[in-house]
Amino acid sequence: MTIIRRYFVFLISIVFFGLSTSSIAVESKDPIKLTLHDWTGQLITTNIMAEVLKKAGYNIELVPADYIAQFAGLQTGDLHVAMEMWETTGRDAIDEYTADGRVVNVGSTGMDAIEEWWYPTYMKEKCPGLPNWEALNDCAEAFSIPETAPKGRYLGGPVTWGGFDDERVEALELDWEVIHAGTDAALFGELESAYQRKAPIMLWVYAPHWAPSKFDGEFVDFPPYTAECYNDPSWGVNPNLAYDCGKPRGPIWKVASSMLKDKWPGAYDAVEAFTLDSNEMGNLVAAVDLDGNTVEAVVADWMTNNEDRWSSWIK
Amino acid sequence: MTNLIKNNKIYFFIFFFLTFFLFLYGKDIAGLLDAKWIIKYPKHLVFPLAKYLSGFVKWLMDDANFIIFSFRDFTRFIAWIIEIPYNLILALISKGFLSGQGQDAKEILAPLSWMSVIAIIMFMALYTKDKLLVFLVFFAFLYLAIFGQWKSSMVTLSSIVIAVPVGVVIGLFLGILSYKSEILEKIISPVLDLMQTIPVFAYLVPILVMFGFGPVAALIATIIYAMPPMVRTTLLALKNIDPQIKESGLMSGCTKRQLMWRVLIPTSKPTLMIGVNQVIMLSLNMVIIASMIGAGGLGYDVLASLRRLNIGAGIETGVAIVVLAIALDRLSQAFVNIKTERKKINISFLKRYSRIIFLFLFIIIIYFLSTYLPFLKSFPEHLVINTSAFWESLIKYININYFDTLESIKVTLLTYFMLPIKRFLLGVPWPWFVLIISLIGWHYGRLKLAMLCFLLSLFIVFTGLWEKAMVTIYLCGSSVIIASIIGIPLGIWAGISSKANRVLTVIIDTLQTLPSFVYLIPVVMLFRVGDFTAMLAVILYSLAPAVRYTAHGIKNINKEIVDAGLICGCSQRQILLKIKLPLAIPEILLGINQTIMLALSMLVITALVGTRELGQEVYIALTKADIGRGLVAGLCVAFISIIADRIIKSGSDRLKIKYGMK
Repeated sequence: MTIIRRYFVFLISIVFFGLSTSSIAVESKDPIKLTLHDWTGQLITTNIMAEVLKKAGYNIELVPADYIAQFAGLQTGDLHVAMEMWETTGRDAIDEYTADGRVVNVGSTGMDAIEEWWYPTYMKEKCPGLPNWEALNDCAEAFSIPETAPKGRYLGGPVTWGGFDDERVEALELDWEVIHAGTDAALFGELESAYQRKAPIMLWVYAPHWAPSKFDGEFVDFPPYTAECYNDPSWGVNPNLAYDCGKPRGPIWKVASSMLKDKWPGAYDAVEAFTLDSNEMGNLVAAVDLDGNTVEAVVADWMTNNEDRWSSWIK
Repeated sequence: MTNLIKNNKIYFFIFFFLTFFLFLYGKDIAGLLDAKWIIKYPKHLVFPLAKYLSGFVKWLMDDANFIIFSFRDFTRFIAWIIEIPYNLILALISKGFLSGQGQDAKEILAPLSWMSVIAIIMFMALYTKDKLLVFLVFFAFLYLAIFGQWKSSMVTLSSIVIAVPVGVVIGLFLGILSYKSEILEKIISPVLDLMQTIPVFAYLVPILVMFGFGPVAALIATIIYAMPPMVRTTLLALKNIDPQIKESGLMSGCTKRQLMWRVLIPTSKPTLMIGVNQVIMLSLNMVIIASMIGAGGLGYDVLASLRRLNIGAGIETGVAIVVLAIALDRLSQAFVNIKTERKKINISFLKRYSRIIFLFLFIIIIYFLSTYLPFLKSFPEHLVINTSAFWESLIKYININYFDTLESIKVTLLTYFMLPIKRFLLGVPWPWFVLIISLIGWHYGRLKLAMLCFLLSLFIVFTGLWEKAMVTIYLCGSSVIIASIIGIPLGIWAGISSKANRVLTVIIDTLQTLPSFVYLIPVVMLFRVGDFTAMLAVILYSLAPAVRYTAHGIKNINKEIVDAGLICGCSQRQILLKIKLPLAIPEILLGINQTIMLALSMLVITALVGTRELGQEVYIALTKADIGRGLVAGLCVAFISIIADRIIKSGSDRLKIKYGMK
């Protein structure tokens, strides 16, 4: 029976006393909670940040959370830092929750998100005019399936990602039909399936992501994005409609609970100083998803190779 | 009344013809009358309920005060109460007892070794004296260890160990209460409908705000979702008890409490166990969604591996959830069926508790040995089996060789079955549709039901979600039709043959607990994004109650009636077709009712493959953190299912009266 008693005693000790062992180097030894999402790039950025903060003496806890649902936790101070909030997909949530100041935007991670129409290289044989967007109409049929024929089928991202693809198709007068996938798992599921059969596919791909490194392919070249293109119908190829250009490429932001700045100002500065660039990230993601290393190993490697960089963040 | 039933067919044909006419010419009529609102409800008349709801929740969380404490203090207090037992169990089987937080934490006491957990669970199985069960749980938990799912599954198990008893107990009490008071029944019933049918995503954000981010919020969402069937089955079971049993209890001088706990509850145990089964299954069903709000565990692993398109890992983890569900379910069923023996008094302490003492010794020995022998502490990694490559190549093989065949099946079903339904539903003008629904309500339940149908469908119109609601009905309707066509015959088979029953139960439990996300992605790979893929997923998930209720209905027919049939010289076929099947129809209808409920609850998941219905509306609201919009769309889903539920239940009651069962 001793084991039961031991458990019991320890339970009591946890409830009543055992909350903290203190050292005074940092503002507070309470754990700072960083959120983990379900894509590799985010796991890497978050783990790097966590390791850096640990070196500075902070107490870190990693909590799995949903990309959008986490905002409720950030707002109440149950969670503290979210390392990747993409301009392209997270803008509405950022606006909604930073409005009353309880969640703050801590600035760019230094990485830029690319989102655009993408096709596998083997489709170039059937449509030699690509990647120029003007070739899209010539080979719409090559990209069609029974349900859309003779129009081409473009698999767009979930409606929640926005992206104005329906408007783009109309403005550029493309003979294409836009189908929205519901999640990116569905999106890349179709890509994998089509790639195995070497079947035609045109879809929304974004980077940094493992797909562009796993599958051979290219982004379509649309007229480059400018703010006027989205706001001013007269701009661009189609004088009557807006959205006659490609998608914007936006930064990936870091966001934090306002509690972070109040309770752990040093950690806040470190999060603010954190930067990585897109290429660097692409290599790290590939090291995990394609070469089969663990996230921890890749992060540890990065830490040893970039000591002067991260040590400047926690000065 | 009798007149109406006699003229039923004529009415039916008249209305059917009119509906069809309006479907064909509705647009032209609207054009002639210059009344576009008949086809499409005007946008500027949409009632902005969503905005008000968002405002209310915000006020509730930020400003509401009950003199000494705020609303948030109150919800945080509840969270704290639930958190204590959860953390205790989590520490015991997964994390170990720690002092300090974050990476500073030091382990005071290691968690139980995987061997000890298996030993405990086998011991529990042994207690029920069911040898087969001992093997079952052993292999189930061994699976978790061998396939490298141990750590995550212990996290999931901790939350299930808390959520299921809480759900069952609350459900049982609510069921009993509503059995005792008819008023309460009328209040609880719609609340249950809402709990079961408002998509979880719709109230996820409010729950997070109220209970904080983390496992507790996930636990509460799980309980809300999994409890309603328990209440329902409790009520159903108590109501269906033979009055003679109740009377004999009264005659032997039972007090009210004794009557309930000694007579009524034990008698209705078999039906109650269906409820417990459902609570376990639904709790495990929530594992994925719970992981989105910080529960971690197996659900998180499924999501993460599918995002990497590692289908094999997704399946392995999904099966781990199934295995856990089946083991827990069988264990709980066996515990209830333990035959109570008279206690032998003059046995020594040591002998009576010999097994428990042995178990504790085992745990202690393992605990101390594990400091020296690491394989006792956690399952050795090099022995973990990985089947990813197999699944990957299987899907690839099917994809390359059979894609065209699958494609042609899909196109046929789409053009001749699904699309006509869709076109029809979207073509009928909404005022006529509302009228038809109200008339059906009137036919089955007179004024009350008619009013209910009328008001609820008007709600959908006024919130501007009519079109999406129609797509919802189309998607669910086609799935339910196919699910019934497949499910009811299977249920009949299971009702007749106990062997079939055993096999089918395992299959159905698997389908219901295997996270739909696991098969959604392979289905997308083979059938592409679209309505057909969504329908397949909905059918797979909602098949279960159609089979289960049918089987239950056929099995539980009064034996005397069957005997009477035999005496009259009925053949087996006649007994099935003329006696069993008609008598089981009320139960079958309830099964279809549940199938509809489950189909509607799958909508949020199908939104993940890009359907454009109310589920998508809820999903959009979630990703935009728009509480009001999510709740309004959620309410529309709930109202559709309430209308279906009420109409089917009235139909079922009518049949019961007709067959003299009530």
